[in-house]
Amino acid sequence: MTLPAVEKLIDELTEALAPCFTDPASHPIIVGIETGGAWIAERIHARIAPNTELGRLNISFYRDDFTRIGLHPTVKPSSLPPGIDDATVILVDDVLHSGRTVRAAMNELFDYGRPRRILLAILIDRGQREIPIQADFVGAMLELDAGSHIKLEGPDNLSLVIKTVDSNAG
Amino acid sequence: MPDSDLQLDESGKLRHFLSIEGLNQAILSEILDTADSFTSVTDRTIKKVPILRGKTVANLFFEASTRTRSTFELAAQRLSADILSLNVDTSATVKGESLLDTLQNLEAMQIDMFVIRHQDSGSAHFFAQHVRPGVAVLNAGDGQHAHPTQAMLDMYTIRHHKHDFTRLRVAIVGDILHSRVARSQIHALNLLNTAEVRIVAPRTLIPVDAEALGVRVFEDLEAGLEDVDVVIMLRLQRERMRGALLPSEKEYFRRFGLSQERLARARPDAIVMHPGPANRGVEIESSVMDGSQSVILQQVSFGIAVRMAVMSMIVGQSGLQAGGDA
Amino acid sequence: MSLLIRNALLVDPAGRHSGKGNLLLQKGEISAIGSTRKRFSARRTIDAQGAWIMPGLVDCQARLRDPGQPEKANIESETAAAVRNGITTLCVPPDTQPPIDNSATVELIHHRNEMFGQRAHVHPIGALTRGLEGEQLSNMASLRANGCIAFSNARHPLANNLVQRRAMDYAAGCGSLVVIQPLDPDLLGNGCAHEGAIATRLGLPAIPEAAETAALAKDIELVAQTGARTHFGQLSCARSVDMIRRAKAKGLPITADCAIHQLFLTDHDIGLFDSNKFTIPPLRSQADRDALREGLVDGTIDCLCSDHQPHEVDAKLKPFPSAEPGISGLDTLLGLALRLVDEKLLPLPELVAKLTLNPATILDLPGGRLEAGADADLIIVDPDAHWICRADSFVSKGKNTAFEGWDFSGSVTHTIVGGEVVYQA
Repeated sequence: MTLPAVEKLIDELTEALAPCFTDPASHPIIVGIETGGAWIAERIHARIAPNTELGRLNISFYRDDFTRIGLHPTVKPSSLPPGIDDATVILVDDVLHSGRTVRAAMNELFDYGRPRRILLAILIDRGQREIPIQADFVGAMLELDAGSHIKLEGPDNLSLVIKTVDSNAG
Repeated sequence: MPDSDLQLDESGKLRHFLSIEGLNQAILSEILDTADSFTSVTDRTIKKVPILRGKTVANLFFEASTRTRSTFELAAQRLSADILSLNVDTSATVKGESLLDTLQNLEAMQIDMFVIRHQDSGSAHFFAQHVRPGVAVLNAGDGQHAHPTQAMLDMYTIRHHKHDFTRLRVAIVGDILHSRVARSQIHALNLLNTAEVRIVAPRTLIPVDAEALGVRVFEDLEAGLEDVDVVIMLRLQRERMRGALLPSEKEYFRRFGLSQERLARARPDAIVMHPGPANRGVEIESSVMDGSQSVILQQVSFGIAVRMAVMSMIVGQSGLQAGGDA
Repeated sequence: MSLLIRNALLVDPAGRHSGKGNLLLQKGEISAIGSTRKRFSARRTIDAQGAWIMPGLVDCQARLRDPGQPEKANIESETAAAVRNGITTLCVPPDTQPPIDNSATVELIHHRNEMFGQRAHVHPIGALTRGLEGEQLSNMASLRANGCIAFSNARHPLANNLVQRRAMDYAAGCGSLVVIQPLDPDLLGNGCAHEGAIATRLGLPAIPEAAETAALAKDIELVAQTGARTHFGQLSCARSVDMIRRAKAKGLPITADCAIHQLFLTDHDIGLFDSNKFTIPPLRSQADRDALREGLVDGTIDCLCSDHQPHEVDAKLKPFPSAEPGISGLDTLLGLALRLVDEKLLPLPELVAKLTLNPATILDLPGGRLEAGADADLIIVDPDAHWICRADSFVSKGKNTAFEGWDFSGSVTHTIVGGEVVYQA
């Protein structure tokens, strides 16, 4: 399968997101989910709104499978700009699959404050949702076997790789 | 059974947290890194994460302590655990209920983690050997043996200010003999490859063969402070005057009290720490305690993040390393 | 009834007999010892081919917890453990509840042993002071007349040196041996482990050597002053061995024992707060252990004892400092002792003397001898029987062993008391 070029998808997402930044009163903030989402968020941020502050979310503490997979202390802690109350948060992640990561990220966001609106921008939507969450902006749709795992590699020269996970191996 | 077998599971993850001894540098670094993540949580509007939601933590304190107990309570609450705090009247155990009875009665309430302080050295190991599988024990101080979370918050404070342990000289000053804090600090500093660990005390408060712990022993404060990067003062318990360990507080302060003048022997950027509560004018002069080199209040706030880190690591250790769901 | 034991290897602590021989037991005594060619006839014969015969062990310090602590042990259970393990005489310290400071308690112990005992001799050591309180002398002459073989204050302190001096004088005047476990109560304090690197690391309240040696030095001076024949029990320190050696060289009427576990364990064995390794005096350093062994070899230490202290499970099921001290030792006394022979520390007869002839002589008891005319308290030991120490299979009620899982060789096949077989494997 040929995978889409990441930079091109980011260009398209940036273009689609541009209207959100026309009205400064809506107080838009880009927030990337560590780690892949944060790399994409950095790039969009640099192109579209370098004057606003960029947020990062480390959702380890909010995962519903926390007791199963434990902490990854190597991931940077969350950092959000002050005053997300009444902001428009553009949540950015690399892959949307079950929807659980986004749910965890939203739970965490609400522990920082009460955004007026949250929009979801996703590089790859691979479907197969387990909870009712949909993206507002999608780079590309991709259908994969349940056993396949798609991963964004970075932080330089972003590229997508597919790993087929042996269904017996956890 | 070696210490590590009790504290670490087959994959080397933390199962109980009983003493620094028996752990390794990787675990200590993981605690410090995880605590880093939690300090950002304590700066937020809602200082709470859902990691221990649905878990029940029991604070079991056989020795009165409000400070340590409340930091553990706060840490557990910020992790969204349900917390039950019990000051166990030691007379209850005299009345025939054994320690294990107390423990088992609480286990019947589906406790997931015990935070235990007890006056006997070795009590944390004792409880860890007797809890049900899957129930964790966190040592909040056992006799004169260990107080590992206090030591880790001290390590966190040192790392926050000094970054690299391998270049540091650290002096621990005061009643080493009776101090579980000092024992844990010494083990932690050595595991983190601290260049030099010193203990400074009058001979009556230095345990026999202290050098075997991996420290240099000083009986003179001025010499012990020479060129150190970190000074850790220990609390002098008033009851030490009884039992002929020391003549008086006044004489102790004269020989071992930390004054500005004496602190000048240390490096100019040295930090001053104290696990608290401090006796002003006994082991430390007020002007030092409130001075620019003192990081004593920071230690307290870091204490919560470090305890959150340890608690979350114990609960987060069980089971498989599954790939995350997107 | 007569009993013939044939073809046994004679282990004589006095060193007079050796090699293979036959023993004829009659009327509770050894009536003859001869070569295997000599013909005896008896109602019953035991063929002890390949086995050792030796006097039954005389344990100069074993607590049976009777009267007063039935949850820990009693005379029935502990005499059963004794005969199972080749011990035919048990000397019990006076710290029973109530203490052995009156004739009624002495009689009670004798009575219980007659009623329930599994036929080991039980000899009470009387209290040196009333109620072991360290202040008033006990009625030593009456207690002696009732069967107390010596006087001791066990681990209870005496009020002061004057009381001790007078108690020693008085006991000596009664012709009695004084037994002292030297321990300074203040230096002992609430200590529970040898003062050294291990106690420092584990944060356990420490017991310095001086808790023993300072007391011992004073005790030896009081022996010099009073001339009282004195036995020092359960020594633990290298410096104590040295002091005893010098005091003996000066001709003072002094003897000494050590608990057998002190020859095998050190403070390192405490490991991670193993409460079964909590003893008073504490397990000490390797150097102390070596010095005790040396003292045993050169005769400074006259005898070995089990220092048997059986406990109920709960007594040890506590954090180390709160647990009760002591090891249940009857079931391992012989096994450990024979290890010393395997380790070539002592030849077998000399080792056996430390457990038979020597304590019997010190305490003026009839057993402990392999000679015609001696009491027929004997044991037959299969030297090749290997066994693994398991507390579960202890005969003693106290399962608090410090030797779980240890390998031993040498097992008792017969225990004979007063010419009668009281235990047979």
